[in-house]
Amino acid sequence: MIDKYSALEKLGLYTAIGIFLTFMLLPFVEMLLASLRPLTHLFRSPYQFWSDDMSLQAYSDIWVTVPKLPRYIFNSVFLASMTTLICMVFVVPAAYAYARFQFRGKAVSLALFLAVNMFAGAVLLIPLYKLLRGMGLLNTYWAMIIPGAAFLVPTGIYLLKSFLEKIPKELEEAAFVDGASRLYTLRRVILPLAVPGLIVVGVYSFIGAYAQQFLFAITFNQKRDYMPLPAGIFEFIGYQEVIWNQMMAASIIGILPVLFIFLFLQKFLMAGLTAGAVKS
Amino acid sequence: MQLLRRLMPRKGLHSTKFFAWALIAPAAAYMCLIVAWPLVETIRLSFTNSGLGIEDYVGFANYEKLLSSRKFPDTIGRTFYWMFLSVGLKLILGLIGASLLAANLKGKAAFRVLVMPPWIVPIAIGCIGWLWLYNGHFGILSGVLQNLGIIDGPFEFLAYKNSAFYSAIVTDVWIGTPMITIFLLAAIQNVPRDLYEAAYIDGASRWYRFRRITMPQIMPMFASMALLSAIWTFNSFEIIWILTEGGPRGGTTTLIVDTYKTAIANYKYGQGATRAVLIVAILAVFSLLYLWLVNKVNKKYGDEK
Repeated sequence: MIDKYSALEKLGLYTAIGIFLTFMLLPFVEMLLASLRPLTHLFRSPYQFWSDDMSLQAYSDIWVTVPKLPRYIFNSVFLASMTTLICMVFVVPAAYAYARFQFRGKAVSLALFLAVNMFAGAVLLIPLYKLLRGMGLLNTYWAMIIPGAAFLVPTGIYLLKSFLEKIPKELEEAAFVDGASRLYTLRRVILPLAVPGLIVVGVYSFIGAYAQQFLFAITFNQKRDYMPLPAGIFEFIGYQEVIWNQMMAASIIGILPVLFIFLFLQKFLMAGLTAGAVKS
Repeated sequence: MQLLRRLMPRKGLHSTKFFAWALIAPAAAYMCLIVAWPLVETIRLSFTNSGLGIEDYVGFANYEKLLSSRKFPDTIGRTFYWMFLSVGLKLILGLIGASLLAANLKGKAAFRVLVMPPWIVPIAIGCIGWLWLYNGHFGILSGVLQNLGIIDGPFEFLAYKNSAFYSAIVTDVWIGTPMITIFLLAAIQNVPRDLYEAAYIDGASRWYRFRRITMPQIMPMFASMALLSAIWTFNSFEIIWILTEGGPRGGTTTLIVDTYKTAIANYKYGQGATRAVLIVAILAVFSLLYLWLVNKVNKKYGDEK
């Protein structure tokens, strides 16, 4: 009863959702349409929504215009994967400690971790640049991975912690009684049970790492061979003209990896992200 | 728990405390290296004239120069306007979106997935889409406005100070809204159903139930989203940089963009660091205010449960 809507209410709700989703998806629709048109058509005024000269030509031309495009796409996926991996290496032990143990300084240190969210990479660029230069890491993959992973660690700890807290303590106690060491328990008892949580944090980190490659890439890396796609895509902007249709085609391709991961794991991700957050 | 405690020796290398800190240490060291040390270094640099090849202590000269510069009041004002307007819009849209997606309609699962793309797609690529939309000659926005007869000729959204600023706001809102929507949606779904049923039986209207049950119940989540979003929006760099690089004529230069321009584009590390310190100080004050506010909110709404 309470969830029943009259026909009029339904119409209103669907219309409102339609407007909302239009705002969210309009840029993608436009990108797709632009990518399907020949460049000369794009400069034709007035605006047309549909035309019969659409083709997939741009999708084959992009590899010629920007020969390094496959490399950029590989770099993007590689950087995001490595960033995720490194992030997890730091997140898992720390999250376990916060989920299971009581110790002095727990609340304060956790708060300090979360305070890291206050700093965007852009604020700390100058010393980070010097730091990476000092370590000889400028213009390498590491220059983008190390700072990228750091800013994902605090939220990762927080998300995984709320997952681990839900695993019954009795399991660890049983393992202890059987004489297992602490690290063995963490590895063989807790982690297998925490797989859904690990997936959520992993996907969260991957999406974050994939989305935020631009800043570190344009600041810490000059080598084209290491550029991720979000930075490399600006090569379609030439001195004379912008090759819009191809830039859009490359953008669509750049979206695909993260879109696939998201679509496969979205059930996990949505439930997981919000479960951790709602509880607190 | 009793058992666990008895099994764990409490002193020395094997104490719980030691083990816990050993697990946290790598992450903590990492944060010190990438966040804490750079922060200290930024503060130090802000008192120097550091640039290409030089670095001398100059005291508060950078601060004096920044505070007395002609553009500074504009930049600060613009930054706060940017933050409040953008965060306000994100929260309103997020709340509307979450309420809509919470409605028990056919297709709601699909709607929830369709909201997400702006959030999961690389920011730079989303911005390229908007660059295209804002294009005067072939973008859809200019085209539709012309068809409707609102404007006479092609309109370049990013070519004028005001329109560039509001265009950047729209893009920022577009990127920031999905996350707020999804988290508020989760909070709405977490509200105990019997509250609604009791109100429904008492004849409360939908609007009344939203105002008196939903809103108070999701207030803690709403407050956290407001703070996180405010911090991210204040520091929102990539969107502005890709759309306008802070232009035209400084029309979209917020504090973070100014920091980048000064330090990275013009190699004035010292003066850039001064701006970075200012950002950190503002955000710290902001966060403390927020924590104080959340405390009050929790007291008001948390105790009623």
